[in-house]
Amino acid sequence: MELLSGADMIARFLQDEGIEYIYGYPGGAALHIYDALFRQDKVKHILVRHEQAATHAADGYARASGKPGCVLVTSGPGATNAVTGIATAYMDSIPMVVLCGQVASHLIGEDAFQETDIVGVTRPIVKHSFSIRHPSEIPEVLKKAFYLAATGRPGPVVVDIPKDMTAPTERYEYIYPKKVKMRSYNPVTRGHTGQIKKAVEMILKAKRPVFYTGGGVVTGKASEGLTDLVKQLGYPITTTLMGIGAYPQSDRQCLGWLGMHGSYESNMAMHHADLIIAIGARFDDRVTNSTSKFCPTAKIIHVDVDPSSISKTVRADVPIVGPASSVINEMISLVQGHKIAHPEALTEWWEKIDGWRADREGKLYEPSKVGEALKPQEVIEALCRVTRGEAYVTTDVGQHQMFAAQYYKFDKPNRLITSGGLGTMGFGFPAAMGIKQNYPDDDVVCVTGEGSFQMMMQELSTCKQYGVGVKIVNLNNASLGMVRQWQDLNYKSRHAHSYMESLPDFHMLIEAYGFTAITVNTLDELEPALERAFADKHELVFLDVKVDPFEHVYPMQVPLGAMRDMLLSKTERT
Amino acid sequence: MRHIISILLENEPGALSRVVGLFSQRNFNIETLNVAPTEDPSLSRLTVTTIGDDRVIEQITKHLNKLIDVVKLVDLTEGNHIERELMLVKVKALGAARDEVKRTVDIFRAQIVDVTPSLYTVQITGDAGKLDAFLQAMAPVGILEVARTGVSGIARGDKVLSL
Repeated sequence: MELLSGADMIARFLQDEGIEYIYGYPGGAALHIYDALFRQDKVKHILVRHEQAATHAADGYARASGKPGCVLVTSGPGATNAVTGIATAYMDSIPMVVLCGQVASHLIGEDAFQETDIVGVTRPIVKHSFSIRHPSEIPEVLKKAFYLAATGRPGPVVVDIPKDMTAPTERYEYIYPKKVKMRSYNPVTRGHTGQIKKAVEMILKAKRPVFYTGGGVVTGKASEGLTDLVKQLGYPITTTLMGIGAYPQSDRQCLGWLGMHGSYESNMAMHHADLIIAIGARFDDRVTNSTSKFCPTAKIIHVDVDPSSISKTVRADVPIVGPASSVINEMISLVQGHKIAHPEALTEWWEKIDGWRADREGKLYEPSKVGEALKPQEVIEALCRVTRGEAYVTTDVGQHQMFAAQYYKFDKPNRLITSGGLGTMGFGFPAAMGIKQNYPDDDVVCVTGEGSFQMMMQELSTCKQYGVGVKIVNLNNASLGMVRQWQDLNYKSRHAHSYMESLPDFHMLIEAYGFTAITVNTLDELEPALERAFADKHELVFLDVKVDPFEHVYPMQVPLGAMRDMLLSKTERT
Repeated sequence: MRHIISILLENEPGALSRVVGLFSQRNFNIETLNVAPTEDPSLSRLTVTTIGDDRVIEQITKHLNKLIDVVKLVDLTEGNHIERELMLVKVKALGAARDEVKRTVDIFRAQIVDVTPSLYTVQITGDAGKLDAFLQAMAPVGILEVARTGVSGIARGDKVLSL
């Protein structure tokens, strides 16, 4: 029998659970745990410069790897700083376990130094949370935390650990729990066969079908199955922002992504479809536009592991509760050997879609002319060429995020790492850091803007400490581009606080940390700068790319309209 | 429409706040709420009455089921059920009104459980409608204090909400 203190149990549990990196920041209530981590060398702790970055780094790792990320922070401000990162993970269903120090049990409720009811604060943004009430509970609670975070619809789990629970003097038996049993938590493992059969019948009979798939296919590791199914049927597919890469974007059947800034052909196809096959997507308002005008002629099949996602905003005709992977596999076996009922209708449907495609071909944006500022779209296209479309691309939030998603072509899942649900500025850089540490031989690039980057730029110091060679492409338009775009469209170009005055000299700033910075002003400087940046995989390089501040993101759905109601440029609309 | 949802909940600290928090977070409404441990001390039974159309009620039950602490739930209004609420009321009982109150108490099959020279404390059980009617009947006499438990309910017949 092995007797361990609570703190040592935590360190040992993380080892036994196979956690390689934990991101965090020490403080009073977490010091016993930090001491336990110091006395072992299997779990590597990465010291960030702000707790929010710890959560984003763990989140980035989780998104890229499909395994839960792990965070350790102290009580009070340490925990509250992590809140934005927890909410980010919650909105995008990312598995994460956040260990929070807490003041000692006898002080709880007394407004003790650095006391916050973090279980209360995070209640609406976690999948579940635990408070440790006795040190002997630690192994079981941690096992439950990781199990809950990673299964069913994944999400963040907070574990609140009062300081006396980790005291070195109190020792209890430690056994690594191999299994968890929770009477109130049994995530579904497969969909209802009858419903799946019904869905497949509808799929085979459809005349104007569209697959609409989301982040659930990525987190549910169902990309391969989805690709098989869609290819077998020969149907068009559009994905959500979170679902990008689940089906190869370079394939002809992929229409790109849909919604507010989705492709013209995706939104048009959705609007005119007679059957929508939604898998692991949640009919979010950034996708549907006005739900009352959403896809007026379509029947809807909705597959989701979370029953509460089904018929939440748009009523499903055939609801299927189940994990994307098993439902898709069952669909594949039912489709096999069957022919679609209306091949001629499908041909006609594709002609229509190809027509929409041709309508916008070469008109997506106007390339810069010699002597003009670079277009942000050009930068992303060049980035995609230089990295052969294989990089992990993280983004912050705003115009650059939409451009990255529109112009980088992703053929693999887990490669576009972006805060889709919460839309968290500051997410991209720490997320890239978390990914690069775990995938040191891959290209990891953060596409950001000068607004977002300044929200988390203190992490340059963390990258310096651990030699993290991420690349940063700063689309510098000296303004909060997306805010400015909305102000142009809705507020007669009154740019209230969307102009970033007093920007730092990014070149000097980056060099102050000992990294390389390259400033890019013109198109002919762009590709050489990118080549230079990606030449050494282990060097952090910052590209400060000056881009046209007047550029807007198009297409853009018209508010309160249908899927097909879009602005296509500053002068055209559907 | 009004629904009565009965929930078996882990009897853990914080479990109730997750349920209550869910209602406010998702903009659902709670009319009454009633909670106590069951014969199995590891479980609480919580009964909530709420108002919403079918779509809202479907979302409420789905989101409740998603809470890790919720072990099982049933929407009692989907079938035949018994609903009861307990109310304690202090009413003025002076002069002629003293007899009048006593008579009304008998009509409603309520009980007087405490007496002072100036007031009666009345205990009454029934569905919410009966309790409301009693309060209405007492209003002219003078209601001094009301304590209602909120609705508790159980399905009629062989159906049982248990693990």
